[in-house]
Amino acid sequence: MLALKVEKVKKIYPSLNSKGQEVLALDDVSLEVNKNEFYSILGHSGCGKTTLLNLIAGFEVPTAGYIECAGQRVDAPGADRAMVFQDYALFPWLTVYENIAFGLKIKRMASAEIKKIVDHFASLVGLSQFVEHYPHQLSGGMRQRVSIARALAVDPTVLLMDEPFAALDAQNRSMMQSEMIRILDEESKTVVLVTHSIEEAINLSDVIVVMTRRPGRVKSVIRVPKPRKMIEDSPDYLVIRKQIRDLISGEHDDSVTM
Amino acid sequence: MNYLRSLLQFRRLVLLVILLSAWEFASRYILDKTQATLLPPPSGVLNGAMELSASGELWKHVRDSLRREFIAFCYASVAIPLGITMGCFKWLNEQVDPIIEILRPIPPIAWIPLSILWFGVGNVQNQFIIFLGIFFPILLNTIDAVKNVEPSLIRAARCLGAGNWSVITRVILRAALPQITTGIRIGLGVGWMALVAAELVGANSGLGFLINDARTVLRTDFILTGMLAIGLIGLCLDRIIRYSAKTMMPWARSLNS
Repeated sequence: MLALKVEKVKKIYPSLNSKGQEVLALDDVSLEVNKNEFYSILGHSGCGKTTLLNLIAGFEVPTAGYIECAGQRVDAPGADRAMVFQDYALFPWLTVYENIAFGLKIKRMASAEIKKIVDHFASLVGLSQFVEHYPHQLSGGMRQRVSIARALAVDPTVLLMDEPFAALDAQNRSMMQSEMIRILDEESKTVVLVTHSIEEAINLSDVIVVMTRRPGRVKSVIRVPKPRKMIEDSPDYLVIRKQIRDLISGEHDDSVTM
Repeated sequence: MNYLRSLLQFRRLVLLVILLSAWEFASRYILDKTQATLLPPPSGVLNGAMELSASGELWKHVRDSLRREFIAFCYASVAIPLGITMGCFKWLNEQVDPIIEILRPIPPIAWIPLSILWFGVGNVQNQFIIFLGIFFPILLNTIDAVKNVEPSLIRAARCLGAGNWSVITRVILRAALPQITTGIRIGLGVGWMALVAAELVGANSGLGFLINDARTVLRTDFILTGMLAIGLIGLCLDRIIRYSAKTMMPWARSLNS
């Protein structure tokens, strides 16, 4: 079953550069995302992967083509496509509890129901002890957990993640990746993640979408064999990593972390 | 230990005490009688303050001044919704901004002559002058605060289902609050200064009136008492707002530093 459909999407930015030329950021991008599967969009910085995510979120509108979420045409942001941001984007004036409850209050849920949901997701991300804390009292990894809980709480059709672990140090990053796998085992979700880390994409994804450089096009769609968490150094892992590396290095840029 | 620490707090007052003693000494033993009338010693000012406060006159003037400041602040707080709307809607900002840019550099005091002709001598004229002093700092800080709201916070709210109204009330207003408070703090300070100027020329009560009235009867001790009261109340207003902002918005780092 399709959760998300991106159909022949093109995005042109009017004259971002000094010459007054239009910039073709995305060209003819089509993508079908199955329900309860994890998709990673992988590419160099500047390949338009974040643009694609912003289009799916509805923050921007495509110049041509369209996007459908659960059969509904996307034309504005909505809670069916909640996003986890690289800089967490937590509301600093709200406690962890209130941050997770934010979308539920917008939905005008009864407070008893809100409490049930918030408690569930706070414990899912391991922050039950910290619900009364403010974001500035938490570490980066904990803040990102709040952000994930906040996005999951509104029960989105698709969970969007924009380089969510890029701001964390290496140790926290790999811990958060394992956490993400654990969370998705308990809470099956459709996820679209944007990343420039091949390892992260392989560790988390069912499907990896490799993009070309400007203009961004889908270069290749690779299905990662299950189980999701492959042992690093296993033959399968090495084969797929080599395959993706070759695809990426064909794009001539060393900004991709190996 | 605590006792010692509170004692240490007073070390900041050492210079102040020395200066006051020098003043006391100079006024008593160095200046001749006429000069000492123009600069009474601190003890003389204290006596004057006791006299004014015992007769209740000081409190009457303080109350009148504070009331004017407060009423003017209530009117000037329209700057908050106005600033938020201006920060949110570009077209409104484009229209209103030139007007503000012209009006803003005119000091409130420059409005005194015109305002006396418009409103006569009294409360309304005073409040108008204070209003001008408070209004612009609040407005400019509010507009700036709204413009500086993290775009990712607005996006986060939108993708959690928030509509325009929720984004304004639940995100923009909240995120802008620390800087709006800064605007209020600056505004009340400017307003308080403008108040005294307005009262000097256009009032029958208030601290500005008190010091100008004391001049006509050569009560320099009353003048200094009035000046001191103006300073202390200004300081208190500032501290109260700072303190309440800190307690109400513990998350606002800009205020904690």
